[in-house]
Amino acid sequence: MAMLHRKLARDLAHLRGQSAAIVLVLACGVAAFVTMRAMYLSLLRSQATYYARYRFADVFAELKRAPNWVAGRIREIPGVAQVQTRVVMDVTLNVPGLREPAVGRLISMPASESGLNALFLRRGRFPEPDAPNEVIASEAFAAANHLRLGSRLQAIIRGRWQQLTVAGIALSPEYIYEIRGGGSLFPDNRRFGVLWMPPKALAAALDMKGAFNSAAVSLRPGANEAEVIAAMVRILDRYGCLGAYGRADQISHRFISDEISQNRISALIIPAIFLLVAALLVHLSFSRLVSMQRAEIAVLKAFGFTSRRIAIHYLHFSLVIAAAGYALGCAVGWVFGVRLAAVYAEFYRFPLLVYRPEPGVFLWAGIISAGTAIAGALAPAVRASALPPAEAMRPEAPQRFRPGRMDRLNARFHSAALRMMLRNVERRPWRALASGFAICTAIMIIVVEFGLFDSLDRIMELGFRDAQRSDITVTFNEARSTRAAQELARLPGVLASETFRAVPVRLRFEHRSRKTSLLGLSADGRMRLMIDQEGRRARMPPDGLILSTTLAELLRVRPGDSLQVEVLEGRRLVRRLPVTALVDEPLGTSAYMNRRALSRMLAEGALVSGAFLQADTSQQQVLYQRLKNLPAVAAVTVTRTALDSFRETVDRSMAISLWTLMVFAAIIAAGMIYNGARIALSERARELATLRILGFTRREIIAVLLGEQALIMAAALPFGFLAGYGLLALLAARLHTELYRMPLVLRTASYGWAFVMVLVAAVVSGLLVGQRIARLDLIAVLKARE
Amino acid sequence: MATARHGTADGTDVVFHVHAVSKTYQTGDVTVAALRSVSLDLAAGEFVVILGPSGSGKSTLLNILGGLDTPTAGDVRFRDHWLSQAGDAGLTRFRREHVGFVFQFYNLIPSLTALENVILVTEIARHPMDASEALRRVGLTERRNHFPSQLSGGEQQRVAIARAIAKTPDILLCDEPTGALDYPTAKLVLDVLAQVNQQLRTLVAVITHNTAIAAMADRVVRLRSGEIIEVTRNAAKARPDELEW
Ligand SMILES: Nc1ncnc2c1ncn2[C@@H]1O[C@H](COP(=O)(O)OP(=O)(O)OP(=O)(O)O)[C@@H](O)[C@H]1O
Ligand SMILES: [Mg+2]
Repeated sequence: MAMLHRKLARDLAHLRGQSAAIVLVLACGVAAFVTMRAMYLSLLRSQATYYARYRFADVFAELKRAPNWVAGRIREIPGVAQVQTRVVMDVTLNVPGLREPAVGRLISMPASESGLNALFLRRGRFPEPDAPNEVIASEAFAAANHLRLGSRLQAIIRGRWQQLTVAGIALSPEYIYEIRGGGSLFPDNRRFGVLWMPPKALAAALDMKGAFNSAAVSLRPGANEAEVIAAMVRILDRYGCLGAYGRADQISHRFISDEISQNRISALIIPAIFLLVAALLVHLSFSRLVSMQRAEIAVLKAFGFTSRRIAIHYLHFSLVIAAAGYALGCAVGWVFGVRLAAVYAEFYRFPLLVYRPEPGVFLWAGIISAGTAIAGALAPAVRASALPPAEAMRPEAPQRFRPGRMDRLNARFHSAALRMMLRNVERRPWRALASGFAICTAIMIIVVEFGLFDSLDRIMELGFRDAQRSDITVTFNEARSTRAAQELARLPGVLASETFRAVPVRLRFEHRSRKTSLLGLSADGRMRLMIDQEGRRARMPPDGLILSTTLAELLRVRPGDSLQVEVLEGRRLVRRLPVTALVDEPLGTSAYMNRRALSRMLAEGALVSGAFLQADTSQQQVLYQRLKNLPAVAAVTVTRTALDSFRETVDRSMAISLWTLMVFAAIIAAGMIYNGARIALSERARELATLRILGFTRREIIAVLLGEQALIMAAALPFGFLAGYGLLALLAARLHTELYRMPLVLRTASYGWAFVMVLVAAVVSGLLVGQRIARLDLIAVLKARE
Repeated sequence: MATARHGTADGTDVVFHVHAVSKTYQTGDVTVAALRSVSLDLAAGEFVVILGPSGSGKSTLLNILGGLDTPTAGDVRFRDHWLSQAGDAGLTRFRREHVGFVFQFYNLIPSLTALENVILVTEIARHPMDASEALRRVGLTERRNHFPSQLSGGEQQRVAIARAIAKTPDILLCDEPTGALDYPTAKLVLDVLAQVNQQLRTLVAVITHNTAIAAMADRVVRLRSGEIIEVTRNAAKARPDELEW
């Protein structure tokens, strides 16, 4: 047995190049699994711990104003464990270093000891209970604006500028993602941030003494959420309830959960692809190994080794390679995981995101690696064990070539070298297919990755450039008369303006409902258009609702269905409206209505919620300054900066995975091309040496050898492109979050990148194999019989 | 019959100069001297047979002449090519332009037909003859579209010869070209070699264990233990069909 082990060691040393290629590809799969699966579990765990430790509430309600004693009534609802009432108000902020006005969400500071939605204080201290102008800033907002302890901001509170000082910087489970809501879709941490103030000071500042306008409750185990929500709505109805909702409708929670579950899917698919290719590589290499070692196998058998022993020997060999791939993959996966956790920690803003893979992940990775190796090596091992000793002693039957199907094609090529390549490919179609498959996969991965970027680019084009033609969107803090809008139009630097009406609504269909903002646009408007995935403009019908396809799918409604529309402001009307049309918008879950029809429904005069402005860039500075000082203005959104912040969000979360996958795909391609060339070299050493003797140069030999791989690559290329396109189409069809619907866009450059990457991989493998060819022993070849 | 310690080609048109060539192989502690200070001149158009017991260095010498190997010491010059100093690229060019090889085990490319095996060489040669013409010379016109696996050993060897002569080489080096063939087939192959030598004025060097073949040669070189022990010149060359063994 010791001798067999020694043979194994020698074989390994001999096949080190090919083994290394297999180890690398396998390691990629294992690393991807260890990183992604463990990251997914870590995220889930971190989220759960965070929620539990900082007592993230289960149900939320917003209202106009209710006296504090109402909290007692909410507490009495069966199933409610704990109640938190607070004051929440969005105000315009002047942030040092930021030209345009920002929006600050002022929230009463929760009681830190036992209250719900507790803050995790990163730096500084909690403000004194009576301090009138000390705040805690959210970490994301502070970081984006370089705020430090002691930094000052100004807020317009009840029409007056008020100075605020940053006393502490904190995280909150309620605002892991800080999104303003009401039309804005992405965290824009420079222009929107949460500020917590001592309850007393905030109530005093906002004239909300003894009252609250927001409530959060936690539920007892086993409580019925829907019933609690209904009960809360009943109690708060008299106080201007704007709706109550569970975690599923809580923006931050929904986004974070979406993100985390995306990790789960990629943690399955990506490793699977790599492991499949690794198994193929093992299979090809071992098939070759077994046919090379026929004589050795015969001798072993003649000496009395059992067939089983021989099969186990080869499986053992494959497991040694798997072990190396496993170890490398785990190490790389761990390192990657730790680094990725650092990026995610910033992205997700958990107080604690530790990448600590559980033993289970490593155990699974081990099982998967071993399984991959055995899956690849099993057939060759069985073939080796089935060789009868006498048969094995004879050399393998000489290669038989007959005029093949390709020969008709061949007739057109006059180069004998090209014919050699073609016939060799034709003679082993399965092997060529396997190589082609791997290269196809590598190309597919890259095409898809780049395609995702292309599609997101397209989303941005459609959503920002085509749909939002204005430079600035100004939102009033409440519906105003058209006079307020005229005032906006007269501001310095404003070239054109167009007003809109937006009301918060809850749309209800059957038992499904969704809170959104219903945007009233005029039919002949030019600044805010409804643009579908194809870039076509949808027309605004005279009445009825227009829903984005995403929203329609969430509610499961079709044009013609009639929805219940509950207006969440003013007199809080409830109406039924038909859905007239859907618009397949790439971004968000919007609902639209004709401006006139909306006014009619609300039975109000010409009220406006805000205006879209086109502005002269040279006068921006003055314009922003004036906007900051208008008490009626609640929020100013600059299209350009919103686009930038979206791009940044996307780039940050996607760039890492893009580059990692690029490297991985390159390893697949290089591993396959290298292995293919090495196998061909080993099979055809004699032939190649003969060519050298006949006077072919080293370079010509490499060309012959790699030409075969190049042929396979060339054939695989269109299939890889096609597969990439197909997968992207599949993703586009299935991957729509509430944030965006992915259009199917693939630019020529993305194909180009895939091609370039595979080409680089091929050149690198060519150089490696070239070294081998330089060492080809010409004379040894002449001594031996074939 | 003249006998000389070192082979000289008697004056005219010497193309190959081999001077004091030694080749030693070092494997671990063991040093094997495959050639010991061998000197030999070969002239254009000569037919030389190299004889010697197994392990005497015949193949080593032929490989050095053909630019497959370089000597440990001494000089080898073919016209203006200094083979003993040449690197891999230089030797490759030399083989490509001047040398045709025929081996005991044919070494045809299995994936190419007889004709294509020849074309393979004509594609890279400077003054090739037509590939079909080369096959015609070895009498295999009919089998041109057959793959090596569809040909007998003798036929394969004739394809190998066709491949070697198709580039119209200056030198044709054959290492036991009839070693794997039966008597009538061997004669056929030798006949082709003799024809090439006469019609194309190619310098042919043949290694053989078969002393009967020596009768075909202009000169016979005998090796033992890495040394040339004798060079003889035949007064009259025998035709292949006159040989008996
Ligand atoms: N690569 C090598 N390493 C070590 N020794 C070698 C090597 N090649 C040849 N030799 C030795 O050099 C000597 C000459 O070998 P060569 O092949 O030239 O003999 P030969 O005359 O052609 O014999 P044969 O008739 O058996 O083919 C032999 O003793 C051989 O063992
Ligand atoms: Mg020999």
